[in-house]
Amino acid sequence: MADRHPLFKPLIFVGGLIFGFGLGFSHMARPEVVLNFLTFEDFGLLFVMFGAAVVSGIAFAVMPRIRDAAPLTGDRYERRLKPFDRNVLVGGAVFGVGWGLSGICPGAAYASLGVGNVTILWALAGMFLGAYAQGYWRSRSQARDAAAAGAD
Amino acid sequence: MPDPLVAQAAADLFPNGVSRYAVGGLLVGLGAVVIYVGTGIAAGASTFLESTLSYVSGQSRFQRYVSSRDWRVVFTLGIILGGAAFAATVQSGVITTSLYQPGTTGRTYELAGVTLWLTDVQPWRLFVGGVLVGIGTRIGKGCTSGHGVCGVGSASKTSLVGVATFLTVAIGTAQVVAALGVSP
Repeated sequence: MADRHPLFKPLIFVGGLIFGFGLGFSHMARPEVVLNFLTFEDFGLLFVMFGAAVVSGIAFAVMPRIRDAAPLTGDRYERRLKPFDRNVLVGGAVFGVGWGLSGICPGAAYASLGVGNVTILWALAGMFLGAYAQGYWRSRSQARDAAAAGAD
Repeated sequence: MPDPLVAQAAADLFPNGVSRYAVGGLLVGLGAVVIYVGTGIAAGASTFLESTLSYVSGQSRFQRYVSSRDWRVVFTLGIILGGAAFAATVQSGVITTSLYQPGTTGRTYELAGVTLWLTDVQPWRLFVGGVLVGIGTRIGKGCTSGHGVCGVGSASKTSLVGVATFLTVAIGTAQVVAALGVSP
């Protein structure tokens, strides 16, 4: 949006920097470490996920009480709530197979590229291909639904 | 003095200690908090895939992310460079701290005085896994950062169910793959 605060993108960038540094420091950017967690050889990754969720959880609980709106966007502070439907289970299961096979997830894959892991480009290529296939299919089924609704 | 049984259990469950994981996790959360406090946005990393595809694809599905695609590119560049900053400092040994254990996975190599790191996990696993991750996070409305960090932090029931689903399936998948003798 054109009328966004000039510090909007710099702040997003700084947030991303800290986020990526943390993924490197925690070794979650290493697929091997994720696979060791999933096969119960090292439970350390629990501390990454819950540590991060606790920190963000404090902000989600506190900020709406302190201020009405965020300074750089004017957006209200809200929790991240998405509607539940069958897709959450289906998508979660597909994501789970991919995560369990490769040990990579989107944020950690970007950070992995940063720590020098150029082999991760295979995973990034796969993720874009998967997201494109899913979007292509969704676009088609939406167009079909619209056409069917128009025919009624 | 710690109970030897407790110490043994900790050594079995956490062979690399917990400090690097805990400190890293706090930083991941802090990154999300910085963005949330400034902008009110509860950021996830996987929407970048669809929003970036809107630059090159006219498919209707991707157009709904046009308004957020610019900052999502900035966020992702930040994550990549954050990983690079880690590589140039802690991974290269320029900054040492007792909170960080280097680990023995993968391989390191040097480039321009910076210690970089390469995975040993096979490309086909990364690629096929990546395709499924790309499909799954988009159908399931989030990934480990969107659902796992921001969603769980919001005590969202949808995200808690999403995390429980992908964590359970991922554990099962990784166990089966390991049992089939695929390594690394």
